[in-house]
Amino acid sequence: MEIKDEELKKLEKVGFDIEEKERAGSFIQKDKEVIFTRTIYEGIEILPIEKALENYPEIKEKYYGYSFKKLNKDFPEDTEGGYFIRIKKGVKTLFPVQACLYIKAKRFKQKVHNIVIVEEDAQVYIITGCTTAKETEDAYHLGITEFYIKRNGFLSFTMIHSWKKDIEVEPLSIAIVEQEGIFVSNYISLTPVKKIVMYPTTILEGESSKFRSSSIIISYPDSYQDIGSRCILSNKNTSAEIISRAISYGGKVITRAHIRADSPMVKGHLECRGLIINEEGIIYAIPELETAYRDVELSHEAAIGKIKREEIEYLSSRGIPEEEAQSMIIRGFINVDILGLPEFLEKEVKKIVEKI
Amino acid sequence: MLKIENISVKGGNSLILKDISLHINENERMIIFGPNGSGKSTLIKSIMGISSYKILKGKIFFSNVDITNIPISKRAKMGIGIMYQNPPKIYGFKILQIARYLSKNELEIKEIAEKLKVDQLLKRDLNVDLSGGEIKRVELFQILLQKPKLLLLDEPESGVDIENISIMGNVLNEYIKKTKCSALIITHTGYILDYIQGEKGCIMINGKITCQSYPQIVFDMIKKYGYKKCEECKWK
Repeated sequence: MEIKDEELKKLEKVGFDIEEKERAGSFIQKDKEVIFTRTIYEGIEILPIEKALENYPEIKEKYYGYSFKKLNKDFPEDTEGGYFIRIKKGVKTLFPVQACLYIKAKRFKQKVHNIVIVEEDAQVYIITGCTTAKETEDAYHLGITEFYIKRNGFLSFTMIHSWKKDIEVEPLSIAIVEQEGIFVSNYISLTPVKKIVMYPTTILEGESSKFRSSSIIISYPDSYQDIGSRCILSNKNTSAEIISRAISYGGKVITRAHIRADSPMVKGHLECRGLIINEEGIIYAIPELETAYRDVELSHEAAIGKIKREEIEYLSSRGIPEEEAQSMIIRGFINVDILGLPEFLEKEVKKIVEKI
Repeated sequence: MLKIENISVKGGNSLILKDISLHINENERMIIFGPNGSGKSTLIKSIMGISSYKILKGKIFFSNVDITNIPISKRAKMGIGIMYQNPPKIYGFKILQIARYLSKNELEIKEIAEKLKVDQLLKRDLNVDLSGGEIKRVELFQILLQKPKLLLLDEPESGVDIENISIMGNVLNEYIKKTKCSALIITHTGYILDYIQGEKGCIMINGKITCQSYPQIVFDMIKKYGYKKCEECKWK
């Protein structure tokens, strides 16, 4: 692996397991270059996107940009690199596939296009981390990801961002889920960043398909994070749940969530909770529900506030010093249980969150 | 063990406790009766140091140390344990987490949890989606792991059914007998007296303490005449 030890440590912070002990495969891209790919589990294919487009003409024809066309949206085509991950029909793995997009060069504009295909009856967990080297300055990351989840497929996708305060980030992703497919999308951003703007969309196209999105966002002074999740319920018996937890230590966070029911007999629920620690910070929660049908169940709850004095003092009266009680409450607030990960992966993510 | 000297306490904009003094010796239990809103909970929370109550004058001593102005956590470490009437919900913070903070002994945690029937609740968030009886048992569970020298019990029987009162009453009585700890117990209904025999009893009316006597005598008087009579009583 053409990557230094010190850099590897950075990758660990975003969930990358260098030893690949409990992993089904790996992908690392540094700046524009794919420096490592490996498939450990049969039935999983991990390739640099260019190679996939070259090897499989049907990927270019049927998948590349297809989800954007579906929503009549343009997407930047000047990308360099990105991953192609395909889980073959019926293949189920518990150990996750890991991918890492890493920026090292100063003022580098990393622009990638990823495609993930989960074929019929397949199941996979993917954990992706995006981070930068210590010396990187003023960099930019654009990540396009297209997800295709086929009939009865299952994808749990956890994205961990660990940027720096001079980095701008713009993930653009769209997922299309077929009949009885399940898409679980988790997003975690724990470090300062200059700007993140993302509003991924999931289209539940097939009957009885499901979507669950959870995000944990921590915001620091001078950070601007406009982070949302949108789901379009376009067939009957589909359901979506979008949950977010935002903590502001001084930055501005906009948490958006939008569920649109384009079909009767669907369910959707939004939940935004925000915690203001430092009053310089701003949290702006925008939950939206939309439908033209009567037979739908759409609901939302949103609450923003500070940590209640009463809660801190309650823990203090058990002998926990105030400051420690406060951080325990914050850690509880950014509870990774909401991500619905398998136990061993939840433990890993918990460790990452507890280090902040 | 606990000595309160002439404290007056303000909560919000109103004066709640007016020049209160009391004394609880080692291995002694004091029961405070009183109508709603008389200031009983304020007294207990002031001893613990809860910040929504401001001590305007007077002093609180615990084990001969002036604790009037020390942080809550230090008071807890010194040996004061409180059982709240309405504890706050702490989302994402598991009952097992607080248990492990209070005791390093897994066997002890397991035994006490089973005894109080909270063993099935350990992975739940603290005070979230629990029934009235469960909340009380979880409070008591924490107290027993904390092992205080002075128990502050704020209406341990409120909102609890007969079965739960009996579980809690027996466990509390056992703890008191075993550790010889002191206690300040607030009761509105007096049910807890079936389990804990206090040595001192008094009534709190309008932020003042009246009628010190044996708990059972005080309670019988209340039953006979009601608190109304206490307000008129010249025996203050």
